[in-house]
Amino acid sequence: MFMLSINNIVKQYAAHRALDDVSMHIERGTIFGLLGPNGAGKTSLIRIVTQITAPDSGHILFNGVALQPEHITKIGYLPEERGLYKKMQIGEQLLYLAQLKGLSKEEAKKRIKHWFEKMEMQSWWNKKVEDLSKGMQQKVQFVATVLHQPELLILDEPFSGFDPVNAEIIKKEILELHSNGTTIIFSTHRMESVEELCDNIVLINKSRKILDGAVADIKNSYRENKYKITYAGSTLIDQNEALFSVEKRHNGAYNTTLHIKVMEGKTINHVLSYLLPRVEIQHVEEVVPTIHEIFIKEVTSINAN
Amino acid sequence: MNKILLIIQREYLSRVKKKSFLVTTFLVPFLFIAMYALIFYVALNNQEPITTVYVVDQSGFISDELKDTEHLLFLQTNESVEALKTKMERGETSSLLLVIPKNVATSQTVELYDTEKKGIGTINTLKTKLNDILKAKALTDAGIDVTLLNGIKADVSIKSKELTVDGEKDSNVGTAIGISFGLSILIYISLFLYGNQVMRGIIEEKSNRIIEVIISSVKPFQLMMGKIIGVGLVGVTQFVLWIILSVSLMAATSAVIAGSNPQMQSIAAYQEQSTADAVGENTEERQSKIDSIVEQIKAIDYPYVLSCFLIYFIGGYLLYSALFAMVGSAVDSETETQQFMLPIIMPLLFTYMLSFSVLINNPHGSLAFWLSMVPFTSPIGMLVRIPFGVPLWQLLLSIFLLVVGFLLTTYVAARVYRVGILMYGKKASYKELFKWFKYKG
Repeated sequence: MFMLSINNIVKQYAAHRALDDVSMHIERGTIFGLLGPNGAGKTSLIRIVTQITAPDSGHILFNGVALQPEHITKIGYLPEERGLYKKMQIGEQLLYLAQLKGLSKEEAKKRIKHWFEKMEMQSWWNKKVEDLSKGMQQKVQFVATVLHQPELLILDEPFSGFDPVNAEIIKKEILELHSNGTTIIFSTHRMESVEELCDNIVLINKSRKILDGAVADIKNSYRENKYKITYAGSTLIDQNEALFSVEKRHNGAYNTTLHIKVMEGKTINHVLSYLLPRVEIQHVEEVVPTIHEIFIKEVTSINAN
Repeated sequence: MNKILLIIQREYLSRVKKKSFLVTTFLVPFLFIAMYALIFYVALNNQEPITTVYVVDQSGFISDELKDTEHLLFLQTNESVEALKTKMERGETSSLLLVIPKNVATSQTVELYDTEKKGIGTINTLKTKLNDILKAKALTDAGIDVTLLNGIKADVSIKSKELTVDGEKDSNVGTAIGISFGLSILIYISLFLYGNQVMRGIIEEKSNRIIEVIISSVKPFQLMMGKIIGVGLVGVTQFVLWIILSVSLMAATSAVIAGSNPQMQSIAAYQEQSTADAVGENTEERQSKIDSIVEQIKAIDYPYVLSCFLIYFIGGYLLYSALFAMVGSAVDSETETQQFMLPIIMPLLFTYMLSFSVLINNPHGSLAFWLSMVPFTSPIGMLVRIPFGVPLWQLLLSIFLLVVGFLLTTYVAARVYRVGILMYGKKASYKELFKWFKYKG
């Protein structure tokens, strides 16, 4: 059973179709990347999952049950457009937000204290948001998102606006939540920031899903049999019609690096056995496209059509 | 439901705890009292000094009749007008110079010289006195006995009685008008004051960008209603505090004036006496008039008027604050609200303006009737009519329509609101709002 099962969602805004028959399934306990350029429909989809808006057609299952208002308490959502009441005290504000998520006052207080200790913000209870720095505000915002211990955590562009130090702190907290079983959805257009974190991804472009699957599988399917080989010296290795073609060559002071594409039907072992008697090999590495490159490739090829 | 209570609580407490709330709540009654005290003080200290009036009477029959008043001392003189004028010009005297020409009875004109402009009171007193003297002279000349004439002066007073189901009731149009004015101003100001607070609160949530965080926990409708009710309760709290504070401060002030300062009291009484004299009115007559006004004010059915005010404040507030909420959700900043505000305030402004003329002159006419029925105008339209007496069926129909009205506006506003709060950087127009209204889900 999936944590979240999104089926054939369509959402139309006047003349603009924000989501066009989008489906995806998110497994419990995984980190899921919802990727796509700005305006692709990511936020529209999240707003449907968080029940801020409703789809025109299609349906969503949460833990196998049709999405209901009660599910709100099991979802934590950090919107891209986020903020806090500037004039309200931090403690009071977190208490309010937690109670809106259905926590009792006592329970909320306890958990806020716990998070304050964890994030080293014990002295912040009576401070007003407007007196905090931007980085501090974001910590508060994050705490507000996870106070009610959601089963599903949706983070829309989580690292935008975070300074590197805080981004690292938040990342650590997210991973900890993940290890405790929380399912996490990252929505972002900055692929490189989530590639290493995500188990599965979905790529959305122009309101449609264009790619879906485990990061490893996707990368595997985009392998092009390309390698990077470094050898000592500056011996000239030319391409070999039967084995490989040289795409790039870089001469260093003590070594040479080749970017090669292995010919169909051959493997890197064939290439290596050809090279071994000729040069002293220092390094061999398969060149796998990053999600970012796959994304660019897919998006540009679609946009070109 | 629990969540709405939480929102109401936050909206209420965050406003009531503000310094500005405390300041306005406590300052306004003090300002009223201060104003009252200032008027009293000015009245006491603005006693005109006694002025000597030199009278050059060329007609010969006026000056004997000119009796001194509290602040005018008449001094008949034989000096020449020119000599007196030079004296005054040199600043040797601050007196007045009244020159009565020989043919005053026919010309009806006298000349008054002064070094500085005198108050209208002095001029009026002089005018009244001279008129009386000339009139008496004319009557005597025509062979009419002045004392006899004064004795047969008639003074009809109309005691207006209102026929109601409870039987006859003293009615006083003046008091009704006063209360109408008061109610009209009060409801007009408070509807705007609190409606505006709702709007500003929504714009704040939008520009703070907390809105999406909140509505991922509660329905937009809950947030909107929570805010409207919370702010409304702030309004009610403020009214109640104002009433309590004003009443107790008034009581305290009058106690202070009456108790510890008999001198002030006597001055006030003395002043009243002298004005009464100046107008040429009998003090007892005046007292009975004051008594009857006090009686009228006491005769007002306060629970009825106040509960009507409360019903129309709540109904009108719910209706208008929903519209204000709609506007707040559609814009990014307060400066953009202008274009939407005018059509919203039009009906209220229109009724407010009319309340001072047409409605008060003809509180039972057809215009007044319709303005008190249409939900957008009835909070003012009906309240203006209430002190004049409104048939029960009209009152109930109007309240029913108001309820229908606010349910309808709330429904429309909520549909626009749920879309509007998530729209940024989009210049909203009425066409756009209508599109939002039609969005599904």
